[in-house]
Amino acid sequence: MNLVRAHILVCGGTGCTSSGSEKLISEFETQLSRVGMADEVKVVKTGCFGLCALGPIVIVYPEGAFYSRITPENVKEIVDEHIVKGRIVKHLLYDESVKEEEIMPLNDTNFYKHQMRIALKNCGVIDPENIDEYIALDGYKALGKVLTEMTPEQVIDIMKQSGLRGRGGGGFPTGLKWDFAAKQPKGQKYVGCNADEGDPGAFMDRSVLEGDPHSVIEAMAIAGYAIGADQGYIYIRAEYPIAVNRLQIAIDQAREYGLLGDNIFGTDFSFNLEIRLGAGAFVCGEETALMTSIEGKRGEPRPRPPFPAVKGLWGKPTILNNVETYANIPQIILNGVEWFNNIGTEKSHGTKVFALGGKIKNTGLVEVPMGTTLRTIVEDIGGGIPNGKKFKAAQTGGPSGGCIPASLIDVEIDYDSLISIGSMMGSGGLIVMDEDSCMVDIAKFFLEFTVDESCGKCAPCRIGTRRMLEILTKITDGKATMKDLDNLKLLANSIKASALCGLGQTAPNPVLSTLRYFEDEYIAHIVDKKCPAGVCKNLLQYKIVPEKCIGCSLCARQCPANAISGEIKSPFVIDQSKCIKCGACMSACKKQAIIKE
Amino acid sequence: MAKSSTIPFAGTKEQKEKLDAVIAKHKDMEGGLIPVLHQAQEIYGYLPIEVQQMIAEGLNIPMAEVYGVVTFYTQFTTNPKGKYKIAVCLGTACYVKGSQELVDRISQRLNIGVGECTPDGKFSLDATRCIGACGLAPVLTVNDDVYGRLTAKDIDGILDKYINE
Repeated sequence: MNLVRAHILVCGGTGCTSSGSEKLISEFETQLSRVGMADEVKVVKTGCFGLCALGPIVIVYPEGAFYSRITPENVKEIVDEHIVKGRIVKHLLYDESVKEEEIMPLNDTNFYKHQMRIALKNCGVIDPENIDEYIALDGYKALGKVLTEMTPEQVIDIMKQSGLRGRGGGGFPTGLKWDFAAKQPKGQKYVGCNADEGDPGAFMDRSVLEGDPHSVIEAMAIAGYAIGADQGYIYIRAEYPIAVNRLQIAIDQAREYGLLGDNIFGTDFSFNLEIRLGAGAFVCGEETALMTSIEGKRGEPRPRPPFPAVKGLWGKPTILNNVETYANIPQIILNGVEWFNNIGTEKSHGTKVFALGGKIKNTGLVEVPMGTTLRTIVEDIGGGIPNGKKFKAAQTGGPSGGCIPASLIDVEIDYDSLISIGSMMGSGGLIVMDEDSCMVDIAKFFLEFTVDESCGKCAPCRIGTRRMLEILTKITDGKATMKDLDNLKLLANSIKASALCGLGQTAPNPVLSTLRYFEDEYIAHIVDKKCPAGVCKNLLQYKIVPEKCIGCSLCARQCPANAISGEIKSPFVIDQSKCIKCGACMSACKKQAIIKE
Repeated sequence: MAKSSTIPFAGTKEQKEKLDAVIAKHKDMEGGLIPVLHQAQEIYGYLPIEVQQMIAEGLNIPMAEVYGVVTFYTQFTTNPKGKYKIAVCLGTACYVKGSQELVDRISQRLNIGVGECTPDGKFSLDATRCIGACGLAPVLTVNDDVYGRLTAKDIDGILDKYINE
């Protein structure tokens, strides 16, 4: 391995790749060759740094200069100034990381200061396509320790004592799950990894697989040893091409190094891994549906019990864990139970990764100790709400979760606190909403999702969610009565009690939780026929304020429906019967003379 | 529901040979149907009834089962896609930032609904779940090109680029 004097780390996560980081890498290589430094400076494509809002991100070591929103045109300047002359290009730095002309360590910036990285430990640090870099940071050491120093029972004991709970949503204790499977009679067993990240606002699992795929492979081998399985499957969304590709590279490298395959570390233990691609069905995130899908069938869930630990894939004992859960495991083995138990809250140990999105300044991926308050996440790490708007609510748990209103912003987030306020951890999507978000519309958005994704096997979900959506549509159209609201509640509670799988049972949650905290908004839609946030189109009217209108006709020319008329230099008028409420007039008006109410 | 395709199936001999090779490779694999469908869609671009028939015969499983699996998963399409595949992200983060307006504008401009293809085969429109570029929300992709931080006003400019090509 060549020694180099500087490293240029370029984020190769999906967020930064979407904003052009691949081009940066080739541009850096071109520019470095131009100045003859291609041998002494190494360009590394890493996983996600987390601060996706500022992508594409480039970090140059040894200085640790954090460059944000870099374009290929900036690359020449960085190479000429920073690399050749040793002068950091200050105007391209992330402004938070510069204080009084000095570069602050990244961990002192607000975005990183409150974070603690366990599952994301290597993301943005190593080249995920190079197994040596993973090994250099203690990679596969946990597997070695487990195989050569511990019995399967001891591994399960550690997992139980660590109190690690499933990061995919339900929060079931991982050690217990492994114990059930280990206690089944010897024979064919399977280890599964659920990478079918279906929550439409969550991308933490993908980031782990893109940034640190070996941690998942290592943990799955550990799980295989603990329960007595020699075959694993990773079920991953086909929509994640970068993750699939890096995972396959990682599996091939591990096999080449003898870390997968027969007689790993010279022991009797053998373990193989195979990738299975999902095909775009939300329900396949449910464990029984996922297994049916691996078997090549329609991904419909089946009743439990029997649980997968008893009768899973092809009828054999199977454990399924989520990606983030696996990413924690090597660290727990290496650092010990006590270390892990000191992080987090009493009943939720460790950290949780959240995909922070929506109306927030620092969109991205954050990992915080359990028990961190929503306020810290939104205001300190997230940098608050843009455009001076007010925080209204945060949505967690995606289509199975609920909303946390502004009044509960100081709640310490863990599995149990979220359940007690009517939401849930889910996989970790955390969508921030401001005063311009309509809570009825958000509930409707999730119901549309559920109706679309219902597999159709059980009636409560197939028919019930559709009826709920119809009522919600009536409400947002201003055609509902208070009786409809009662029916909505009744339906929601019946579906919760009677649906077959976890997805159906949680499908009414977005409605129930918005009703719990924002019932007044529902009533405003039903009784006053108004949408307080100004989102629901059928309850809105665009109006021209005559006092402000200068009669320039700009709005009339923009209107696709020819609904605006008037004489030049006198106030124009919108014909409400023709208006399609597209809002084109409002964004065209230079005098803010058009309002919606 | 998207209208079903009226474009006649036009598979070539080369495509059939590729598909046969894929089928032969997965014939004895447990749960091989879904991997075969993925690759068949790569070969043909979509999965019309004719292709499903070949797979059913090749893997020796009932046609009803193949059809059942194809229609269950949203990744599999029985309609051909356009030369330019437009996908607007309707994940939560993009939705709260107004991606529905992008869909509406494209749909209006191209006169096609979600899941449909223009009659000249140039554009198809899909609404996708989170593509993970939430930092750029709202986002759409045209084939492999990603466009982020959009408003409905940007749509015409993007479409013009491909229309004039």
